[in-house]
Amino acid sequence: MKQSNLDFNYKYGFSMPESNVYKSRKGISDKVIRDISTIKNEPSWMTDFRLKAYEFFKTKPMPKWGADLSKINFDDIYYYIKPTNELKNSWDELPKEIKDTYDKIGVPEAEKKFLAGVSAQYESEVVYESIQKELTKKGIIFCDMDSGLKKYPEIVKKYFGTVISPYDNKFAALNSSVWSGGSFVYVPKGVKVDLPLQAYFRINAQNFGQFERTLIIAEEDSFVHYIEGCTAPIYSTSSLHAAVVEIIVKPGARVRYTTVQNWSKNVYNLVTKRAKVFDNALMEWVDCNIGSYVTMKYPSCYLVGRGARGEVLSIAYSGHGQHQDAGAKMIHLAPETTSRIISKSISKDGGRTSYRGLVHVSPVARDAKVYVSCDALLIDEKSRSDTYPDMKISNQQVDVQHEATVEKIGEEKLFYLASRGISKIEAEGMLVNGFIEPVTREIPLEYSIELNRLVNLEMAGSVG
Amino acid sequence: MMIIKNLTVSVAEKKILDDISFSFEKNKVYALMGPNGSGKSTLAYTLAGHPAYVLSKRSRIKYQSIDIGSLTADKRAKKGIFLSFQSPLSLNGVTVFQLLRLALSGKKDPVAIKREMEKLGKELKIKPELLKRSLNEGASGGEKKKLELLQAVILGAEFLIFDEIDTGVDVDALKTIATYLDSIKKGKTVLLITHYNRILKYIKPDKVVVLVNGQIVKTGDHKLAEEIEANGYTKYQKHIG
Repeated sequence: MKQSNLDFNYKYGFSMPESNVYKSRKGISDKVIRDISTIKNEPSWMTDFRLKAYEFFKTKPMPKWGADLSKINFDDIYYYIKPTNELKNSWDELPKEIKDTYDKIGVPEAEKKFLAGVSAQYESEVVYESIQKELTKKGIIFCDMDSGLKKYPEIVKKYFGTVISPYDNKFAALNSSVWSGGSFVYVPKGVKVDLPLQAYFRINAQNFGQFERTLIIAEEDSFVHYIEGCTAPIYSTSSLHAAVVEIIVKPGARVRYTTVQNWSKNVYNLVTKRAKVFDNALMEWVDCNIGSYVTMKYPSCYLVGRGARGEVLSIAYSGHGQHQDAGAKMIHLAPETTSRIISKSISKDGGRTSYRGLVHVSPVARDAKVYVSCDALLIDEKSRSDTYPDMKISNQQVDVQHEATVEKIGEEKLFYLASRGISKIEAEGMLVNGFIEPVTREIPLEYSIELNRLVNLEMAGSVG
Repeated sequence: MMIIKNLTVSVAEKKILDDISFSFEKNKVYALMGPNGSGKSTLAYTLAGHPAYVLSKRSRIKYQSIDIGSLTADKRAKKGIFLSFQSPLSLNGVTVFQLLRLALSGKKDPVAIKREMEKLGKELKIKPELLKRSLNEGASGGEKKKLELLQAVILGAEFLIFDEIDTGVDVDALKTIATYLDSIKKGKTVLLITHYNRILKYIKPDKVVVLVNGQIVKTGDHKLAEEIEANGYTKYQKHIG
């Protein structure tokens, strides 16, 4: 699983000396799974849940569609690393190498500036979490998934695995059997969380698999914005990240889930994300994939209530050696449901992006509205972009709009900008940022600036 | 200001400009005229540094006493050469302000750029929303050319090439553009590439240059433009033939 031509501009590629209090042996087995469950002191239903999922995982073949996953060796991965003995809510109490990591990524700084709550996961466990006191008073829960299971077993048992079954797909099954960490968010009826909650995911160890599990429940007429960021060191061997994110958006509620995925280019990122959206509720996925070696991710909305709305705004960037196979799924299962997918992909230096989308309108989804727009930008001749839009429309009374474009940056645009004194690298960065602007304007300012900076860095990095 | 010597230019191995020599001076307005395909736009693109235009070994382009023949377009622009395009492209998601801010980063304060842009927008009668939109998106022919002029002024260009600034522009817009250009020409060199005489009513050229088949066949004062308007290029084409 060797990779070459790593991008040395990647700012988060540093690694820290590995330190942990427990590390499972390499590979996966019933024993490894039972050990994880025992260390976590879980109820027996969860141990059973894990083991059943593992049975399914073993029988399920690798997906044949999508990106090339043939080089993943499940025996060559560490499935569980516990970095510290306890969860902290002060940065200063964390081991130095972990604190330094988050300082470099800028988490404590962001927390001070514009976040309502922060959770930081290092390897398999959340090592830091905090939430503003006012939010706790209002009944909002924001903690790591393991604590969620301990402290709120009824809620977790009621919803866990109900949006994404452990038998949904091979990687959801893998996650279900070895999951650790992730976030548990509960927003009571009518409560609106003004500032975003943020989770940071960091992989530090080599040959490691991170399998966080997130569950968000937004009760009626509530609102929450959850942001996740991910980074990892550059290693010559690959790491695996297979998360599961389940979201329940009750009637009239709104959930926005923003991802800025910036894994180093040795990470397989295979994530299942799905929301169940009830009457007149709104689910918004803002999904930005810049990093990783291979990503396969299609955030989904199951629009189960009348008037439910689902949105996916997606950005994918593929540089040399990368393949972003990303997209969205919208399943209309009730009348007057609305879905909107806007996908922007950029390929450069032989990178490959694929838009893969499914819109399904069931016979009962009368007066559904569907809008799909996917645009691809190719920076050079070596790069590749494919579009696989699938539409299954089983109702006559539907309004469907679908647009797809492929454009090349082209010498003429570069010359136009050059004639204004703008160099090729600057011009490419500006054009790419212009291309993704319809998505970046939806992201909180701090993130859109970071995203624009990342794009400029990527554009510059590959020329030098 | 700009001296070209033995300029021979090919595009995709086809010779377009054939051994041209000429001097452009400061504080002067030039009108470059000629029939379609005579090489006018090629000269404009060549001076601006388009990579597809290949110069012969003997060709020399000197600007402010520096040989710029091998400089890329962005470096020439930084030295003050500006090309206003015949059909300016739209730039998806990029506003004129973003473009100018990047082009002038480290040279001009963004706030000053914004102020200047708004002031100039008013003078050139550009609808304010056009300055906020993606550049040239949904703009008419005249508005696009006004936006080109606005960029030239804010960038502080000293050698301004306008490739068919009068094409696709209505009478009022043309008057606005030409009158404004006339008011700022001091200290600059202006090269107008045009088919028609109409812009020259508002901005009088100091010199008219006629290009036919990639060669300069005639130069003269503004009367030459009137003569061409009346009689066409036939006699110059014969002259070569």
